[in-house]
Amino acid sequence: MDSILVAESVSKQFGDHVALNKVSLQIPQNSIYGLLGPNGAGKTTLLRIINQITYPDAGEVYFEGEALKPHHIALIGYLPEERGLYKSMKVGEQALYLAQLKGLDKAEAKKRLKYWFEKLEIGDWWNKKIQELSKGMAQKIQFIVTVLHEPKLLIFDEPFSGFDPINANIIKDEILELKSQGTAIIFSTHRMESVEELCEYIALIHNSEKILDGKLSEIKKAYKNNLFKVGVETPAESPLLGELKDKFEISSTAYHPDEGLLDFSVKLQAGEAKGFLAFLSEKADIASFVEMVPTANDIFIQTVQNRDIHE
Amino acid sequence: MSKLLLIIKREYLAKVRNKSFVIMTFLSPILMVGMIVLIAYLTKVNDSEKRIIAVLNESDYFSTDFTTTESTSFIYFKGLDLESAKDSVLNTGYYGLLFIPDRGDLEIVAEDSYFYTKEAPATTVLDRLEDIFQDRLRQRRLKDLGVSAAEYAQMRDKFEINTATFAGEQNLKGINEIKAIIGGGFGYLIMMFIIIYGGFVMRSVIEEKTSRIIEVIISSVKPFQLMLGKIIGTSLAGITQFAIWIVSASLLLMVVLLLFDIDPSGLSRNPGLSANTVNAMTAVPSEMDTMQLYAAEIYQFPWALLIFSFILYFILGYLIYSSIYAAIGAAVDNETDTQQFIFPIILPLMLAIYVGFFSVFSNPHGPIAVGFSLFPLTSPIVMLMRLPGGIGEGGVPLWQLLCSIALLIITFIGIVWLAAKIYRVGILMYGKKPTYKELFKWLRY
Repeated sequence: MDSILVAESVSKQFGDHVALNKVSLQIPQNSIYGLLGPNGAGKTTLLRIINQITYPDAGEVYFEGEALKPHHIALIGYLPEERGLYKSMKVGEQALYLAQLKGLDKAEAKKRLKYWFEKLEIGDWWNKKIQELSKGMAQKIQFIVTVLHEPKLLIFDEPFSGFDPINANIIKDEILELKSQGTAIIFSTHRMESVEELCEYIALIHNSEKILDGKLSEIKKAYKNNLFKVGVETPAESPLLGELKDKFEISSTAYHPDEGLLDFSVKLQAGEAKGFLAFLSEKADIASFVEMVPTANDIFIQTVQNRDIHE
Repeated sequence: MSKLLLIIKREYLAKVRNKSFVIMTFLSPILMVGMIVLIAYLTKVNDSEKRIIAVLNESDYFSTDFTTTESTSFIYFKGLDLESAKDSVLNTGYYGLLFIPDRGDLEIVAEDSYFYTKEAPATTVLDRLEDIFQDRLRQRRLKDLGVSAAEYAQMRDKFEINTATFAGEQNLKGINEIKAIIGGGFGYLIMMFIIIYGGFVMRSVIEEKTSRIIEVIISSVKPFQLMLGKIIGTSLAGITQFAIWIVSASLLLMVVLLLFDIDPSGLSRNPGLSANTVNAMTAVPSEMDTMQLYAAEIYQFPWALLIFSFILYFILGYLIYSSIYAAIGAAVDNETDTQQFIFPIILPLMLAIYVGFFSVFSNPHGPIAVGFSLFPLTSPIVMLMRLPGGIGEGGVPLWQLLCSIALLIITFIGIVWLAAKIYRVGILMYGKKPTYKELFKWLRY
């Protein structure tokens, strides 16, 4: 696995407060990497270190195998959580300024801005002032400014905050498209459904430490508790449920007499599913059989809580 | 480097295009000239009130002394008694009645003369009448003593001791004050510039914080670059504004003065007695000589040195103070929180102006003046007040100038370094009202 960015036991302290404690990460090339964690966990500090806004007290960060240097700034696009624009500056002028700060020359920046303004259908905003725009509109400009210099690594901190669902979708599609073009993306958020949708890898930061990281699908596998949700059609609850309970570990049952439907959960170890299904199909018609995979949200809450209990 | 230029350009344009800045730039000269014109006009109106004073002169004196001037005219009553003269003055609305009785001797005449008015008379009028009497009395007494007018003038000659430096150069009295005023003008300019544009820098930093653009910017450039660009951009805007003010105010003043036909020298001239005997006695020609000497002296000021050191002290002083302003802007979330930090900045500036002025005025090389011109937070102002005296003999010793500049440069590096540290941490801190203790902690982050 080729990593675009590697952090090696990065630590950072503000006065007496430890913001990051020996955090190590590998961000793979061409992937979407979710950086998760409760408020104040140290995510933003880590992102600021990657952007060379602050510097680590200890540890190293490597970009494409090279220790992080000022010139890497041009290869990284950062959309911070606390973001805004100059209120009294015109949209186009401001976007040009920010693009030039990232090292683009004026003509090239203008060309790309035109392209993006067309793409997001905001071409007529060029001469508007930021204070005339809504929050969502300003967010679009910020998104464009972040991606305009075609960085190899994009960092989005809560990119969807301030967007309505329609625009959030547009931005999500843009992020996916950027990924398909080969960009690596770090994605810091609390919104678990977007993690589920977008991220291939996640890392969980809690109380300044990394407590979990890896491929999302593998983490999910590890967090599976072998629970299956089953629905069967049966005229009456009592005899069937009794027989099942004798043989299997059954929980959270619910019978709906109107539909003649019995819902329950069953815990099955590897290899047991076949026997279970064979047994059940003799007794009743199976309406549904689904494995209950933990969501990223479940994993997040469970891991953080476990950690808190242990401490 | 090109990023720094970009920032400077943006800060400059943002400032220069700002509506209130534009309004201030163009309104201030109009206001300034308007004030001057207004004052001149009002003075003129005040003076142009014509007073008519009736004179009932029963004596043999003063027959030609009361001459009509622009603001006051005299009418002589003849063959009236005092009561009817009073009545007619009251009825005609004249300003007052001067009654000079016939008592024979001038001393008694003067003693018994009365000036009748409706209300207490204006001091200028009274002064004038009193001068006339006094003048006449003095002449009489001189005559009694057998002293001629020329002899009297000689007697009144003020004695001035000749002063010279050991090198034999003639010293002029009051030249120290003039030097301090000219140097003080430069110093004052620096102080005003620091207060006005330092404040602009601070507000601009606060604006970047509150609009939350700061983190976007510093993911592209170093915080120090941003700070420096902001300070330079703002000061260029300030220099532009100052230049526009000076040029347009002087143009406007010229136009207005031509248009309204106001004599600028009239603004300072004291309307009073026209040349009468007393004035004639004072030595006008020698005054002219002194003025020429002063002019020559001012012309001989070390202007090149002055201008060079003005630029040097201006740049260093302004950079020191404005980087402190930038650090304050970064430390707070809104302008109301800045008060506690602003005062300690203004204090040395004020001290520099006032203490500097008084100490340099009385003795440009006294210990206070020297101390303040070495202390880096006051030296840009106080040293400039001392410098019109030149360097070396009779002026500022060279070691003091060099020492002052060296201290200023060291302080400049130190303060900018500290300010940049506070700035770097402060711009990313939201929702905290910082204390000095907190700021001190930031230095170690």
